[in-house]
Amino acid sequence: MRWMWIDQITHFEADRRLVAVKNVSLAEEHLHQHFAAGPDGPACPVMPMSLMVEGMAQTAGVLVGSVNRFREKVILAKVNDARIDREVIPGQTIRYDATIERMDAAGASTMGVIDVLDHRTGSWERIGEISLMFSHIDANRSGLQFPEHNFVFSDNFRLILEQAGLGSLAD
Amino acid sequence: MALTNDEIFQKVQGVLVDALGVDDGDVTPDAVLTTDLGAESIDFLDITFRLDKAFATPEKPFKIGQGELFPENLMANPDLVKDGKFTDAGMALLKEKMPHVNFASFDADRRVEAVSELFTVKSLCDFVARKLGH
Repeated sequence: MRWMWIDQITHFEADRRLVAVKNVSLAEEHLHQHFAAGPDGPACPVMPMSLMVEGMAQTAGVLVGSVNRFREKVILAKVNDARIDREVIPGQTIRYDATIERMDAAGASTMGVIDVLDHRTGSWERIGEISLMFSHIDANRSGLQFPEHNFVFSDNFRLILEQAGLGSLAD
Repeated sequence: MALTNDEIFQKVQGVLVDALGVDDGDVTPDAVLTTDLGAESIDFLDITFRLDKAFATPEKPFKIGQGELFPENLMANPDLVKDGKFTDAGMALLKEKMPHVNFASFDADRRVEAVSELFTVKSLCDFVARKLGH
């Protein structure tokens, strides 16, 4: 099963913008190692920033895939720029807000911002920006061949689309 | 007002510094995008998108079509590529579609995988200048 780093799509504007959220929970096992208690101090569970990049990649990847109704195999090809200013702790909610900057038959570039909701204050705070490049791998420049079925957008993605009322996009 | 060749070079230099993470000083006119500046296949798409943005103005959009700057979708055509090398027809098409590239040293080679080594910083500047109507 593919690891999903977004929980719910909350906003969708066709061909332009997609917003998704992820709730960070202390029940997530990876937080127990990131960072575990050790000689340098007590445990400090925080959402790994590399997985926040993946969360943005999944958000933006669904957006890019939706443009051609998930017929293209959309692969994250390059992290152009990523800036995350602060840590996210269990109990907080991350919001990934991705927009398409440019797209053609070979791929797309996206820009995204990351906000975090602290439920104690009820307010969102901007904590980062991530710029990504996606490739439509069947249109790769080197002419490499890939399997015919779309292994990128698995059942997990379809489930998230259906829960957001967007299941028809993947029909 | 039309950009000078120096201004075009500076914008192209900025695009390559941002796209490839190289230093200004590395981006000389003769630098090859792949072997000298480390560009990989996805970087060509990134460079295309960034050039669009760098040279567009509110009055005049600047949009590079697919395959206009770098060759694409030629490899699977047996009339154009045979045994991993461009045929005479393939070479003729490359030269026609890419007047911004110097093919002088490539005629004897013709290997598909070597075509990306033809793209220098100067060829990008020449492409932009032509597209801007210089």
